[in-house]
Amino acid sequence: MSAVAATVSASAAAMVRVDSLSKVYPGGVEALNSVSIDFPEGQLTTLLGPSGCGKTTLLKIIAGLLPASQGSVQVDGRPVTGPGPERAFVFQDFALMPWASVLRNVGFGLELRGVARSEREAVAEKYIIQVGLAGFEHAYPHELSGGMRQRVGLARALAVNAKVLLLDEPFSAVDEQTRRKFQEDLLQLVAQERKTFIFVTHSIEEAVYVSDRIVLLSRRPSRVSSIVEPAIPRDGGTEEIRRNPVYLDTVEEIWQSLRQYLD
Amino acid sequence: MTIGKIRVPLFCSLFLWAALWEVVGQSGASFIIPPLSAIFERMAEIVPTASFASALWITAKAFLLGNLIAIGLGVPLGVLMGRSIIADRIFLPWVNLFLSAPLTALVPVIMVIFGLGETTIIMTVVLFAVWIIVLDARAGVRAISPSLVEMARCFGASRWQAFSKIYLLAALPEILAGIRLGMIRAVKGVVIGQLLVSIIGFGKLFELYSSRFLMEHFWALLFVLFAFAFTLNEVLAWLERKLDYYAAARQ
Repeated sequence: MSAVAATVSASAAAMVRVDSLSKVYPGGVEALNSVSIDFPEGQLTTLLGPSGCGKTTLLKIIAGLLPASQGSVQVDGRPVTGPGPERAFVFQDFALMPWASVLRNVGFGLELRGVARSEREAVAEKYIIQVGLAGFEHAYPHELSGGMRQRVGLARALAVNAKVLLLDEPFSAVDEQTRRKFQEDLLQLVAQERKTFIFVTHSIEEAVYVSDRIVLLSRRPSRVSSIVEPAIPRDGGTEEIRRNPVYLDTVEEIWQSLRQYLD
Repeated sequence: MTIGKIRVPLFCSLFLWAALWEVVGQSGASFIIPPLSAIFERMAEIVPTASFASALWITAKAFLLGNLIAIGLGVPLGVLMGRSIIADRIFLPWVNLFLSAPLTALVPVIMVIFGLGETTIIMTVVLFAVWIIVLDARAGVRAISPSLVEMARCFGASRWQAFSKIYLLAALPEILAGIRLGMIRAVKGVVIGQLLVSIIGFGKLFELYSSRFLMEHFWALLFVLFAFAFTLNEVLAWLERKLDYYAAARQ
C-alpha cells in the first residue's frame, strides 16, 4: 500500500488555489518557482520541505502579507490582493500583544472589525475554553508558558471565524511534550471546525501525524516535488496513530525523498 | 558603603559636602559662596513671595505646554520615521543635528520670531525636548517585532488602528523613555529660555539677584530648580519602571 500519490485529484473542492506562483525577493533571491497547489476545503494540508525552502514565503503570499512576483492565489474563488477576513494566521512567535490580557488578545481580530465589546468577549471566551485556557482570561502573555501563548494565538485565529487557517510553524517554539499535546488537539480541532487548514512545519513526524495531505517542496527555488496523502485511520484515537505502521512507513518514505536535499 | 559595621546610605555623602560648604561659607573665603544655612534661610524667605509664585506659575505653564507640544509633534513624527524609510531619510539628519547642536544658540532666533514673552519660553522648551522624543519613538517603532505588525495587517487593521492599537503601545517603553529624557532637557530649556529672555519668570529673578550680587538669593533659587529637576526625573523614572514589565516580556 503506497501512501504516495504524485497526482491526486482532490476529492473536496479547492478552497485555496495557488496557480504557477513565483516569488523573487528584491536582491534576486528566488524563493518560489512556478508553484501550483490546490488546498481542498475542510482538510489540513501541510507544506513540508528543507529549511529555507520558501514554505513560509508561500504561506505569507497566501495570507496576502507578501506580494507574488508571478502567478496568482485564489481563496474561495476570489483572487488574493491583500489580507482578508476569510483567512486567519497563527504565527511562529505567537505575535501576542504583551500589554493586553488573554481575553483582549483573543478578541483582537473582532475588535479591529468594530464588534461591540460584550459580543467579542463572549466569542473570545468561547474559544479560550475550546483551546483549553479557561481561567486564564485575565492573564497577560508574559505570565503564560510558550505552549499556552500559542493557544492564545490559535484562539485568536479561530475567533474571527475565517474559512482558512494559516499556521506558520506554530509549534516550533514549544517544548516537545507540549508539542505532542498540541498536535493531538489540532487533530480534534480539524475534525470539529469545518475549516481549511494550511500548516507549515519542518518536522516530518508532525506533518504525517496531523495532515490529510502533505505537499513536499524542493530546495530553493521551491517547486512542488510530490504530494503525499497519509492514509492513516484517524478514528482510532490520537495515541494509536503514532503506532500505526502506515504512519511509520510514511515518515520513512518522506525522509527518503527529502534527504537528497541535505547534501 | 559600610563604616565599621554600620551600613551608610549613599546620600549621606551629601551631608559631608553640605558641612564642607558651610565651613567654607562661614570662613568668608568668597562672597560667591555664602554659608549653606544662610541659603536655606533665604530659600524659606523667597519661596512664599508673590514674585516667586508668579515665576513658578510661568515656568510650570511653559514647561507643561512645551512638553505637550513636543510630545504631540515628536511621537507621531518618530512613529512615522520608524515606519517609513522615505520620512526617515528626510528627517533623520535634521533630528540628529538638532539633538547634538548647542540649542542655546538658537534661542535668540526664537526670540526674534516669537518676541520677548512666554511664547518664546514655550518654544525653547519644545526645541530642547522634541528631538530625543522623536528619536526614541523612532527606535521604539523599529524595535516592534515584525510579526506583531503582520498580525495587525492580517486581522485587518486600518492605518489608524495599527498606529493607535499596535505601534504606539508596542513602542511605549521607548516613547516614555524619550519623554523622560525630553523632560530633563525641557528643564534646561525652560531655565535657559527664561535666562535669555530675562524679563519674566525665574529669568527675571536670576537677573535681579545676580545684578545686585544677592548670592544667597541666587543660590536659593538655583537649589529650588535643581530639586525640581531631580524630583521630576525620579518620578518619571519610577513611572517608567512601572511600565517596564512588558518591554521585557516582548519577544
